[in-house]
Amino acid sequence: MTETAEATLTRKDFVSDQEVRWCPGCGDYAILAQMQKVLPEIGVSREQIVFISGIGCSSRFPYYMNTYGVHSIHGRAPTIATGLKAVNPDLSVWVITGDGDGLSIGGNHLMHCLRRNVDVKIILFNNRIYGLTKGQYSPTSLGGHRTKSSPMGSIDYPLNPISVAIGAEATFVARTQDTNTKHLQEVLRRAAAHKGTAFVEIFQNCVVYNPTAWDHTTKADVRDDNILYLEHGEPLIFGKDRDRGIRVNGMLPEVVQLGNGVNESDLIVHTEDLDNTSYAYMLSRMQHPEFPQPFGILRSVNRPSYTDMLVDQVQEAASAQDADLSALLHSSDTWVVE
Amino acid sequence: MAESPASAQPVVTDGTRQQESVVIRFSGDSGDGMQLTGDQFTNTSAILGNDVSTFPDFPAEIRAPVGTIPGLSGFQVNFAANDIYTAGDEPQVLVAMNPAALTANLEDLRPGGVIIVNDDAFTKNNLRKAGYDENPLDNPDALRGYELHRVSLTTLTRGALEGIEGMTTQQKDLCKNGFALGLAFWLFDRPLDSTLAFYAKKFAKRPQVVEANTRALKAGYAYGETTEAFSGRISVPSRTEVPPGTYRRITGNEAIVLGLVTAARKANKPLFYGSYPITPASPILEGLAALKHFNVRTFQAEDEIAAIGSVIGGAFGGALSVTASSGPGIALKSEGIGLGVVLELPMVIVNVQRGGPSTGLPTKTEQADLLEMFFGRNGECPVPIVAASTSGDCFDMAIEACRVALRSMTPVYLVSDGYLANNSEPWKIPDIDAIAPIDVEYRTDPKGYEPYMRDPKTLARPWAVPGTPGLEHRIGGLGKQDGSGNVSYDPSDNEHMIHTRAEKVARIADFIPELEVSGPEQGDLLVIGWGGTYGAIRSATEFMQKEGKSVASAHLRYLNPFPKNLGSVLGRYRQVLVPELNLGQLSFLLQAKFPIRVVPLNKVQGQPFKIREIADKIRSILD
Repeated sequence: MTETAEATLTRKDFVSDQEVRWCPGCGDYAILAQMQKVLPEIGVSREQIVFISGIGCSSRFPYYMNTYGVHSIHGRAPTIATGLKAVNPDLSVWVITGDGDGLSIGGNHLMHCLRRNVDVKIILFNNRIYGLTKGQYSPTSLGGHRTKSSPMGSIDYPLNPISVAIGAEATFVARTQDTNTKHLQEVLRRAAAHKGTAFVEIFQNCVVYNPTAWDHTTKADVRDDNILYLEHGEPLIFGKDRDRGIRVNGMLPEVVQLGNGVNESDLIVHTEDLDNTSYAYMLSRMQHPEFPQPFGILRSVNRPSYTDMLVDQVQEAASAQDADLSALLHSSDTWVVE
Repeated sequence: MAESPASAQPVVTDGTRQQESVVIRFSGDSGDGMQLTGDQFTNTSAILGNDVSTFPDFPAEIRAPVGTIPGLSGFQVNFAANDIYTAGDEPQVLVAMNPAALTANLEDLRPGGVIIVNDDAFTKNNLRKAGYDENPLDNPDALRGYELHRVSLTTLTRGALEGIEGMTTQQKDLCKNGFALGLAFWLFDRPLDSTLAFYAKKFAKRPQVVEANTRALKAGYAYGETTEAFSGRISVPSRTEVPPGTYRRITGNEAIVLGLVTAARKANKPLFYGSYPITPASPILEGLAALKHFNVRTFQAEDEIAAIGSVIGGAFGGALSVTASSGPGIALKSEGIGLGVVLELPMVIVNVQRGGPSTGLPTKTEQADLLEMFFGRNGECPVPIVAASTSGDCFDMAIEACRVALRSMTPVYLVSDGYLANNSEPWKIPDIDAIAPIDVEYRTDPKGYEPYMRDPKTLARPWAVPGTPGLEHRIGGLGKQDGSGNVSYDPSDNEHMIHTRAEKVARIADFIPELEVSGPEQGDLLVIGWGGTYGAIRSATEFMQKEGKSVASAHLRYLNPFPKNLGSVLGRYRQVLVPELNLGQLSFLLQAKFPIRVVPLNKVQGQPFKIREIADKIRSILD
């Protein structure tokens, strides 16, 4: 990647001339602002950055970024990103998606992009609702959620985006929240630096159709008791007074109160770079209200990306054989008519 | 063509009859190696200087039950001393490896034709599987009128291979197709060397297999020579009036692979190919995957939708981007193609049509996707369509599809079909330098740049690829304003964009060749078609011209837009016949666009037209 413009870029360089048209108070504004703040710092010049989205409220995102961008069709952004990276591996490609776009209509593409480890960053805005179509339940809506299309309550079991990503062999999996600006910035920075598919779930608030979805992680009086901030190499401790932790009991995690013979050394020490996905998956299953929700980097491992391996094969083939078009056309039994 | 007057009256010289053309069909279990056998026979004939045309016909199942009719795999070769355009209507020689092959193919065989059967395969069990109550070979009435040769292929092959170490009897039995091929080579006076060289190369790592196949082939040839069962050999002389040059055989799928690589070279752009495996288009993916040294990047997508999505991404990134599919796969791509149309990015969608609807007849041919390609997207969504007429023409039209896409910044359909995809024919290898370059430049100048500014002649928008400083821009599937490309719900913007995209496609007619007519410039009847029916239409029309009929033929390689002179060509004939392997889709379009009524000739059996079917129709119209 070219890094020439790094020093001179500011947040404003990433603001496009388009009027932002999300509902007042929408969590998307905060995510857009943090993205525009982080991008000048990642060492990539603006023309090398591409945002690709599908359909949904979040998918308007590319219009507001003064970079290259495609607002595509529902659920297909990972496929477009894959083709783009295949032909130009130097680009920094970001996929903006949501719980409907990424996990419902585009679930297949998400899964395959992750398992291939295509070098793109996938940012999934999870608000547990269909916003653009005005309030139907989504694949992450909780069971029993009453919406216009589920007046007696949703009878779907929800997907956990983080579990899906880990199950699909994602090499980088993280979770953060729209209003948690510092944390959001840090996660975006880490995602940008990852080689391979980076998957980030952002708890995002839909003020109109599902405004209470993330109360437990946003309300000042309860949030610290419901968020487990992950730090590589540090024990799993949480709570307003940092007096509780997670330890393994048998094969499963449990919440314990520190003190009375329970020490930090009894707790799980967070390790984000385990090649085995079992620990990250266990973390992903820790859900409210039984557990605090893990925030931060659940998993970050190095594995050759699809794009790197594709380029390697092309180069290997090119060094082994001449690209002689005439010889190719003659590469079969031939005969001459005089 | 097979029924040409010359071939009906063979010249006899030294016990060898000379014919202008012969059609031979090999049929057996799909594990019997019939495709390879037919392929070798074709290769040898082509190298000898015959014109050849082939029709491989194989089941959708990889290995259907042995000995049954659904398990049959066939390969028909037409080889001739003159120009031929199809694999022929009726075989003159049938090589049947088992009873199922006999019963399934007998009705196609020309009266008086030669039947060579593997006598060993006519067991009680195999006869039952083929639906025979008794052995037809033992019944003098069953095969009356044919020249029957009962050859114990299995026994004779085992005998020829006696003493070869390291092969089981089962493995040795697999060589019986080599024996049959050797016999066919003797019967038609062909040399063995090309096939012997093929064996040596293909089985280089297994010398005993080379030895076994070599012995079987030679034994088959010697069998013909020493038994006096055959009434005589048949020879088909080389063509005399063939344009000079270097030739090879080529199938439609191979030609598309070579055409795409050539187009990328001519455009000086990398080739990106995103595709999902589907019959009969998969060989294009396989062919291109082996050409990475040409900077070809292939992506085997998770589904058809991802394939077209990846192509949109590749096109946005500045590569010549192509996908291919067939039948239901094309249906799945329609949403993505619609996005490609409004993003106005260049890409080629290859449709190797197969029998439909739904899963349909995956290994058979049809032309029933024409209206789908014209209209099968939401909204007013025009896509240019070009169609190859022969297997070799797939090369030229692949280049042409890329040229149109890059010139007008639009998705383009390149149409082939199951027949062209698998049929092989001699192909004069083109001089690459004689192919015109494809002029396409990325926009790099930020001054005055707008994403949807347009070339005044073609109406194409500039191709500004990510990585270019100063040209950062956003494009999307929403309604937009021309020029800026900004999202717009303004009614007049929407109408303007719809008209502009339609006009852009219509203007392609300014850059494509006019429709050519073969035969009289005006007259009683014009036979017009498109796609893989070219050979049958051309042969039937020439045959009727020789009978003195006032009939001409024309073949559309550009279907959207049509060549500019199409209307005037249609108007020069009293009647217009439109043969199609569908229920009349080109007929529908011609009648919608021009003030004419046409006579349709339609067939949807998964099989190509026979020359006779078209010739009979011409006769019925003109008599």
